[in-house]
Amino acid sequence: MSPTQDQVLQGILVDESTLLSIDDLCRICAIERSHVVAFVEEGVLEVAAVDAEEWRFRGGALRRARIAARLQRDLELNLVGVALALDLMDEIERLRRDLQARR
Amino acid sequence: MVEFKDYYQVMGVARDATEAQIKQAYRRLARKYHPDVSKEKDAEARFKEVGEAYEVLKNPEKRAAYDQLGANHRPGEDFRPPPDWNSDFEFSGAGRGGADYSDFFESLFGAQARAQSGRRRGFHPDRGEDHHAKVMLDLEASLTGGSRSLTLRMPEIDAEGRLASKERTLNVQVPKGILPGQQIRLAGQGAKPLEPGKPGDLYIEVEFQPHPLYHVDGRDLSLELPVAPWEAALGASVKTPTPGGVVELKIPPASHAGSKLRLKGRGIPANPPGDFYVILQIALPPANDEKAKAAYAAMAAAMPFDPRAGLRL
Repeated sequence: MSPTQDQVLQGILVDESTLLSIDDLCRICAIERSHVVAFVEEGVLEVAAVDAEEWRFRGGALRRARIAARLQRDLELNLVGVALALDLMDEIERLRRDLQARR
Repeated sequence: MVEFKDYYQVMGVARDATEAQIKQAYRRLARKYHPDVSKEKDAEARFKEVGEAYEVLKNPEKRAAYDQLGANHRPGEDFRPPPDWNSDFEFSGAGRGGADYSDFFESLFGAQARAQSGRRRGFHPDRGEDHHAKVMLDLEASLTGGSRSLTLRMPEIDAEGRLASKERTLNVQVPKGILPGQQIRLAGQGAKPLEPGKPGDLYIEVEFQPHPLYHVDGRDLSLELPVAPWEAALGASVKTPTPGGVVELKIPPASHAGSKLRLKGRGIPANPPGDFYVILQIALPPANDEKAKAAYAAMAAAMPFDPRAGLRL
């Protein structure tokens, strides 16, 4: 039995007030800097702030960067395709929520 | 003992399929089952299977090695690699790093695939990789915070250097106000470092299970509240459940079906907190006795009301 099974681990919320550096994003998502730069240039990721000439991303960028990297790798999509897929996925998500609310 | 997998069958291609046909089959199946895109129930498992099959069939060396075995095996059959397996083959090209392969794949290509992905990535050997997981939580966990026992399947490298998936259960204090799609970071719960150093973190993406009463829209919550026609028409004070407990809600006169009443700040306690919306639903009383019928008849006589006025009949 692992010791962590009994103790309660303190979860830290990664939300929109969390600011991540490009290195954080690369490490957490296991992607290269060049990916992040390309994602920003294509509008897949949004830079929330610039601090000491370093980009800062909001917590939500984490999920987006991972999905983008997976789509790129697994479906061999180019960046425009990734950006389009992400936008459409957001739209589908929104419509699904609407639909549920109407039921 | 592991089961033999027919990668040609998985990909739906013939044994003599060209590289182009295999690539095409992969792209079609990958789009269909990609866990980020697909809503099929077993999408993730199917996607892994397809990815694994493609990993082997797209690579001429691996494919040749696999074909050599394939002639004598059927899918599902017990399988053990021959002792001299892959002594003649040299594998090149990076595998999908950290992917969760089947035992069958692992017994054939495991060591090579991982060695390559490790080299390719090779970030910081003294910092363990961060892990990711996704869990379904009850909405209440976010509303009040509190600890939840989460069971996660984690890839782990066993003593023989094989990648296996292992279940582990963690008791996690869920941060109050967490929203769907957001992540919980558990420091030090990721992979162990390759060299002495710091373990990685574990990131858990949260989704909510459907709630019996409330509908979640970002940080806002809504509830459909049934009211009687006279409560909507004349106004009333009715009891309604809210995340903070039952409250007495004032329904303004001349409300109608779909009227939205907002209780500010009573949604998910994020920063800033969401709102709670009560959406009125008019419940029609049944006309199942003489008195009720008389009441409906009196309404019809008293009100020149045409519900189809908008239809220009």
